[in-house]
Amino acid sequence: MPTRIPETARKAAFALTASLALLATACTGQASSGADDDASKETTLTFWHAWSAPGEVKAVKDLVAGFEKGHPDIRVNVVGNMTDDKINQALRAGGSKAPDVISSFTTNNVGRFCSSGALVDLNPFFEKADIDPETTFPKAMNQYTQFEGDRCAVPLLGDAYGLYYNRTAFEKAGISGPPRTWSEFETVAKKLTIPQGDTYEQLGFMPNYHGWETTTEHYLGQFSPTYFDQDGRSTVATDPAVEAGLVLQKKLVDSLGGYRKLERYRAGLGDEWGPKHPFHTGQVAMQLDGEWRLGMALDAKPDFEIGVAPLPVPDDQADQYGKGYITGTIAGIAATSRKQNAAWELVKYMTTDTDAVVDFSNAIHNVPSTLAALKSPELKYDPRFKTFLDIAAHPNSSTSPASVNGGVYLSTLQQLGFDYESGKLKDLKDGLRKTAAQIDTDIAQAK
Amino acid sequence: MSTPTPKSNTLRSKRRRSALRTAAFLSPWLIGFTVFFAYPLLSTVYFSFMHYDGFKPPTWAGTRNWTYVFEHYPYFWPALRNTLWLVLVMVTLRVVFGLGVGLLITRIKTGTGVFRTLFYLPYLAPPVAATMAFAFLLNPGTGPVNSLLEGIGIPAPGWFNDPAWSKPALTLLALWGVGDLMVIFMAALLDVPKEQYEAAELDGASAWQRFRFVTLPNISPIVMFAVVTGVIQTMQYYTQPLVAGKVASGVIQGAGTLFEPGYPDRSTLTLPQLVYNLGFQRFDYGSACVVALVLFALSMAFTALLMRRRGGLIQAGD
Repeated sequence: MPTRIPETARKAAFALTASLALLATACTGQASSGADDDASKETTLTFWHAWSAPGEVKAVKDLVAGFEKGHPDIRVNVVGNMTDDKINQALRAGGSKAPDVISSFTTNNVGRFCSSGALVDLNPFFEKADIDPETTFPKAMNQYTQFEGDRCAVPLLGDAYGLYYNRTAFEKAGISGPPRTWSEFETVAKKLTIPQGDTYEQLGFMPNYHGWETTTEHYLGQFSPTYFDQDGRSTVATDPAVEAGLVLQKKLVDSLGGYRKLERYRAGLGDEWGPKHPFHTGQVAMQLDGEWRLGMALDAKPDFEIGVAPLPVPDDQADQYGKGYITGTIAGIAATSRKQNAAWELVKYMTTDTDAVVDFSNAIHNVPSTLAALKSPELKYDPRFKTFLDIAAHPNSSTSPASVNGGVYLSTLQQLGFDYESGKLKDLKDGLRKTAAQIDTDIAQAK
Repeated sequence: MSTPTPKSNTLRSKRRRSALRTAAFLSPWLIGFTVFFAYPLLSTVYFSFMHYDGFKPPTWAGTRNWTYVFEHYPYFWPALRNTLWLVLVMVTLRVVFGLGVGLLITRIKTGTGVFRTLFYLPYLAPPVAATMAFAFLLNPGTGPVNSLLEGIGIPAPGWFNDPAWSKPALTLLALWGVGDLMVIFMAALLDVPKEQYEAAELDGASAWQRFRFVTLPNISPIVMFAVVTGVIQTMQYYTQPLVAGKVASGVIQGAGTLFEPGYPDRSTLTLPQLVYNLGFQRFDYGSACVVALVLFALSMAFTALLMRRRGGLIQAGD
């Protein structure tokens, strides 16, 4: 027969539970600020970054060594291979082992970093250093490193998206040069496609959204969408650029064999980061990709000549040919850092010192992230790489803006793209309306 | 009003000492229960009503997180449907298959050890590696399974690339790793008294009748155990659908790339993936707690239902 728990024991259990609950809920890792450290005094900073390949890690170490040479009192403890998940956790936890300076491969989290206060606003630091970000960084990079006036990140090299094409296949098909408009592109893609039974001997272009870098925002970069209005509400249903981009992609899918056939073909292709990437193997004749593909493709030693060009533009924007989608790595200072002035010295050096940016760009083969570095005669690159430098500097190049909930709105739009390309969604306008409403709801939920 | 007598004081003191002694003996369990169960559960309930992103202090949100998850979060209902599908189909098939393999292996005369090892080994394979191997085998474009099917004239499914086939493909993967249940069922089957089979045979019972009226009643607590733990495990099903979706989608998360959860067409989404997505990608801890509570409630409901229908796990003693 069950006996009643004695009152003393019950009270003790309740008190223990309550105090544990209070204790644990109090541990919420509050962000703090206050750049009151003396950067001229001896100190050690912790810098977390995401690079992991041996060559890249060495490049980061060289970059930091250059900084330490000019700042003998500041030592930097460099920690590599840090994913955004780890960075986010560390920024929340703080503590003596947490990073003072972080760098992230994705720009998607900038809105969240800024709005939550995880990274400090760098505007006062820029003002104190008399550096104008507007004249220092390319326009798109300036855009993706701030949110609602809070500049909590700085571009640390960038990525520009362009078109890779198989020159040899072009010559064989009698195509004189890369397409400049999407109409030309569709014609060229069809001409380059060689069917083989219910699959392909060669596909002109893999338009499916799962074709690695052929995501909605990368396509849409060529259409210059706004994404949000001045009140921060989604414009995907009202901005004709979004609908035009989605319709263009669907047209490509349908004209190159249909979603199912293309998806089946895609499933058998090599992965994005390996040597068997379908562009390297010649299975796909054109590829939408970032500047890093050039080095990877050359390393794979393909048996054809590689051509590089900007992505096409809509027919009615032919005068803007040369623009592209821009993103990149960002750096920032943790709000939990007690050495923010010293951290700023490191960030300033890595992101605004022209020689440092140029050397780092030469080593990593990414696009330099300052206007001065983009024009530097010290840049060493394959002549084809210049296409990406030009895209990065193009006044009409664009990016996806920062949002309070990071890249959730892009993910929602991408979901619409998946439904539309597969034929599941028939009424695009209705889908866009629902997507806009979903984006607004998600943002309201995050605020 | 009566004044306490020395006798009642002594009695009270004795009771207090007894209560303290009880509490002291209970304390290891009590601390464990409080720290690892009661507190997390209470705080999950608490945070489900709060807006909390891990940076700013939590603020009261009322039922906003609940409304968001049930009415506006587009992945919740597909994930719930998938989870229920897996509970009903995958758990059932795993129990039937595990029992079938156990029956076969206990019946064979030679090579028992070899077969037992062969069926058990897949269970030891790390889930990520096993899922990647299945994604390779079932690749609709280049996989050997589809080559074989097409070779003999059977239409090849899209497996992990087709929303209609992705869950059956996950079920195949789960059946391949059925070694844990096989071992449990083998132990239970070998424990059935032989005399009961002999008596049934003398009464002229067929093989099916021997299974239905001798084997099954004897092993029913083990069947119940397999079902209950299977339901709980399936409620926590995370790694395999996530890896399968990622590998089949071909998208590796990197700079500028987005991963579609539940590829293809949300068919591999499960509730634990939503807890991760909301809690550690969106940092909406409140909504993540709502999904976690739904998972908890479902697990409890399934377990209570099964226990009630079968009269608990201690049925063998009936």
